[in-house]
Parts: sequence; C-alpha cells; structure tokens
Amino acid sequence: MTKIAVLVKQVPDTNSKIVISGDSVDLSSVKMVMSPYDEFAVENALRHKESVGGTVTAITVGGAGAEKVLKDAKAIGVDEIVRIDCDSYLDSNALQSILSSMIAEGGFEVVYCGKSAADTGAGSTGPGIAEHLGWASVSNITDSNSEGNFTVVAPLNDGNAVIEVTLPAVITCDKGNTKVRKPNVKGIMQAKRAQVDIRACEVPTSSVSVVSQSLPPAKPEGKMYEGGQSASEVARLLRDEANII
Amino acid sequence: MTNTIVIAELNKGSIHSTTKELVSAAQMLGSSCTVVVPCTDSSVADSISSTSGVEKVIVAKSDIFANYDASGWASAIDSVTPEGIIIASASPQSKDLAARLAARRKVSVVQDVVAIQDGKLTSPVYSGKAMQTVSMSGNAVISVRQNVFDASPDGGSAEVSVIDASGNVATAVRELIARASARLDVSEANIIISGGRGMGSPDNFSHLEQIADTLGAAVGASRAAVDTWDDIPHSMQVGQTGKTVNPNLYIAVGISGAIQHLAGMRSSKYIVAINKDPDAPIFQHADYGIVATWEEALPVLQSSLSAMM
Ligand SMILES: Cc1cc2nc3c(=O)[nH]c(=O)nc-3n(C[C@H](O)[C@H](O)[C@H](O)COP(=O)(O)OP(=O)(O)OC[C@H]3O[C@@H](n4cnc5c(N)ncnc54)[C@H](O)[C@@H]3O)c2cc1C
Repeated sequence: MTKIAVLVKQVPDTNSKIVISGDSVDLSSVKMVMSPYDEFAVENALRHKESVGGTVTAITVGGAGAEKVLKDAKAIGVDEIVRIDCDSYLDSNALQSILSSMIAEGGFEVVYCGKSAADTGAGSTGPGIAEHLGWASVSNITDSNSEGNFTVVAPLNDGNAVIEVTLPAVITCDKGNTKVRKPNVKGIMQAKRAQVDIRACEVPTSSVSVVSQSLPPAKPEGKMYEGGQSASEVARLLRDEANII
Repeated sequence: MTNTIVIAELNKGSIHSTTKELVSAAQMLGSSCTVVVPCTDSSVADSISSTSGVEKVIVAKSDIFANYDASGWASAIDSVTPEGIIIASASPQSKDLAARLAARRKVSVVQDVVAIQDGKLTSPVYSGKAMQTVSMSGNAVISVRQNVFDASPDGGSAEVSVIDASGNVATAVRELIARASARLDVSEANIIISGGRGMGSPDNFSHLEQIADTLGAAVGASRAAVDTWDDIPHSMQVGQTGKTVNPNLYIAVGISGAIQHLAGMRSSKYIVAINKDPDAPIFQHADYGIVATWEEALPVLQSSLSAMM
C-alpha cells in the first residue's frame, strides 16, 4: 500500500485582476481556486494510486478559507484531506520545514505537487522539501508511469527524457498532455461531507520578509498602425528606434 | 560585506552568457564574487575567469554534471561552495537547483529576481500582475531572470581552482526523447514570433517560421493554438501553463492577449502585435501594434526584414 501525498495551494483565479491597496496586494474580492499545476499533481497522484494501490492524501497549509481546494481535490477522488493550520506569512524555508515534518511523520513514499504556484511562481516547494527529507526529486514532469519501475517524463538538456526515480521522491508536475479528470456528482457530494483533518504546527521564523508589493511599472503607450503595409514601418522602427534588428 | 557565489549556467557544454549577468547581480549584493562552474570538463571555465568582478573560480568537476539530477547536483555543488549568498539563473533547471541548495543550507530561496536595490530583491508575483520586494537577513539563495541585468564586462583575472566533486544520483535516465523540432526553443531565444488561434491552421505557422529564420528567432504559440492543433506541441506554449520568456522582441500574431498568455511574455523588452481586431487586449501591451490580418501583414514584414539583414 503506497502512501501518496499531493500538495495543493489556493491562489487567485488566474483570470482575476490584482489590485494593490497601500503597499500590498488586496485579495479580499478575488476568487480563489486550486493553483492550475496542482490539478496535474492531483491527476498524477490518483493515477499512481490506481496502478499500485494505496491512498492519496491532499495537504494544504493555510487558514480555514483554504479548505475549499481540499474539498475540490476530494471531489476528484483523493482519500484524505489535511489542512496544516497556519495563516501567517512563511518564507520558503519555514514552509518547507512544516511540510517536510508532516510528510516524514505521515510515512509517505511519494509526494506530488505542481511545478510552481500561480501566485509566487517560485517552484521552490517541491525540490525544497525533497532536500529537507533527503529524498530524490524530479521537477516539471509531463507524464508518469508507476507500473513496474517508477518512471517520469521530464525535460532534460535539449529535449525530454524518461527518467527512472528511486522512491521516496517528490515529483513536481507540468501540464504536458495530462488530461485532468473532472469531479462527478457523487464525488462532489462526498466532498461536501468529508472531514478535513486539521493539524497544528509550530511556525518557524522566516529570514526573508516582504517589504512591499506594487503594480508593475506601466508601459509607455505603444504606437498603433492600420493595415498590413504598415509592417514595413514597424520593421524600420525595430531597427532604428528599438535597435533590435 | 557578504561573500557572493554565482553558480555558472551551462548550456550545451559551455558557459551561458547570462552567467556574466549573474556576476553583475552578485556585485550589487556583496563583495568577493566566486563563480562555481559545475561541469564534466574543466576547460569550459576559461571563458568566465576574465570577467570583471570575479575573484575566484571554483571548477566543480564531476561526471554527474552530464545530466541533471536534483539531489546529486545539490550535494556536489554544496560541497564545493563557500558560505555566502548564492546566485543562480532563473532557468527552470537552475531554479530547481536553487531551491534544493537553499533547503540544504536551511536558508530561504528568492526566485526570479528582476531588480536589486539596497540589498532588497524584487520579483514578479501573480504571473507578473504585481511586483514583490523582499528583504533577507543572513544568507539566502536567489535566482535571477535572464536578460535583466547588464553583463559584467571583460577585464579580470580570477584565480581558478579545480575540485573533483561528488554526489549520489537518485535518478537514472532510461531514454532520451529528442525534441520534435530542430528549431530554437522559445526559452533560449532573444527574439520570439508566436502564433495564436488567429493563424487559422497549423500549416500557416510556416509563415512565422520564415520570419523566424530571417531573424534567428524561435516560434512560440498560445495555448489555444497548442490545444486546438496536434501539430503545435506544448513545448511551444508561452504563458501561465507554458513557458515564461523574456526576449528582446516578442511578436504576437493572431493572439488576443489573454491574461494567461501575458503571464508568460509581458516582461519582453519590445512587443509587436499583429491582430485584425483593434480592441484585442494584446495591443495594450504592444510597443508597436498593427491592426491587420496576418495574411496582409506577414508578407510585408518578411520582405522588409529580409531587406534589412
Ligand atoms: C488556468 C489557465 C491557464 C492558461 N494558460 C495559458 C498559457 O499558458 N498560454 C496561453 O496562451 N493561454 C493560456 N490560457 C488560455 C487563455 O485564457 C486564452 O484562452 C488563450 O491565450 C487564447 O489564445 P489565442 O489568443 O490564440 O486565441 P483567441 O483568444 O481565440 O484569439 C485569437 C485572436 O486572433 C485574432 N485573429 C483572428 N484571425 C486573424 C487573422 N486572420 N489575422 C490576425 N489576427 C486574427 C483575433 O482577433 C483574436 O484576437 C490559460 C487559461 C487558463 C484558464
């Protein structure tokens, strides 16, 4: 019975507009969803379970508001849902310490997560917890196969490679050709009733702290042209004004 | 001042030009910059030792650097890297390495840095819809986006030492899958021309390829193009669930400019948009916008550019 974990995070819907109030981002009126790459992580975790047997536990770190993404994962088919109760800012080392102790205690053998979260875009959590645990990791996989020896497809050098990974390992997931399953009515009903397992944690100190958040500097207004013939003028500007060609 | 250590970025067996940009970033954060070069053949390091600002070059030589293995590389590089602030490139592989190196040293990692001021680091967050500035106390590992900082000029003579590094590899390559196309990849290109659903069919991407050949550019695509046409592989996709690129010039053809596409390319130095719809959102981000069909605009662009080269 393989114990599989999948890490999920709630982030603003990628369609949402980001507004700043004071010197930080104001998310109060933004719709929160599961980070897009985490959906591929859930899919890979469920496939892993289906081919070798075992359980899938979805884990998130956050306040009570973060439980929706756990319910979403439950609706698609994960077995257990766990929220590590911590609503304060965590730098990468603090977050990874919390997650890696939880994973070590839980006796998991393989951990899936998205290749990066759509809010920070950092992609540090997967490889970071693998290092904390002393495990192997492969990032940005586009496919996985857990029948027989566990292999993944990931970018390597100039192309892709089929890579055999010795478990325990952390696998971070890119989109590739992975089609994610959608929840069915039964799943949604089960998710509604499902109990979230809430765990307390000790919050380590962070050495990186956020000073400010702001909108990106506005681009100067561009030059607009009508008609295909103007492409020759644009080509000239790329040479004479932008000095690119 | 803090020691700084740059992890050289390698590409096809030689040191990538962004490494000199990392040296510039290092000089903003501390002094006595050491460059660590993970390689299988120590001669690759020659090109970096004469870069201004580099005091020491540590050539970490090992067979394990032939193919990336996260845990093996992190332990091997850690073992030869002095204490200090570590600076790597924000390429997908080096971000992964940066995260492991930081965790190994129990420090934090700050990814995708695009500005450094008074020791504070700024990175895009929310797919580039906002910028975040952080401060760090003590050492950290940071990754720096390509094509943002000026390259440190020539004019140094660093002391070079070669160390045999070792680490345990936890993965094994079973099969290499060559890239379907021999074309330049969007993540490596200084100029990118991308097509969207507005191209009408995958065959029409040949018009983009022609211009790409003229400019030495890569061809990219929107997700709608990748999802609609099997012939356009995901490796070409730019955006939220594709690649993040930062070229000098990005030409978007028949792409509406959805927020998830912008997420991957909005920081390009110059953006040209060709779209038949004057209200397409892409025009709000374009330095040069052409309201026309690609059928009208691309032949003119092609012949004007050819005449200039
Ligand atoms: C979670 C999530 C992640 C996503 N990730 C990505 C991503 O990574 N990358 C990405 O690109 N998208 C992504 N998307 C999709 C994104 O929202 C858009 O659907 C997509 O970018 C649209 O692609 P497009 O501009 O090619 O197509 P459309 O929006 O259909 O635009 C086609 C454009 O072509 C123009 N056009 C039509 N005919 C011509 C002609 N003959 N000549 C000139 N112009 C013409 C039209 O005016 C139109 O503006 C994501 C969406 C979600 C929800």
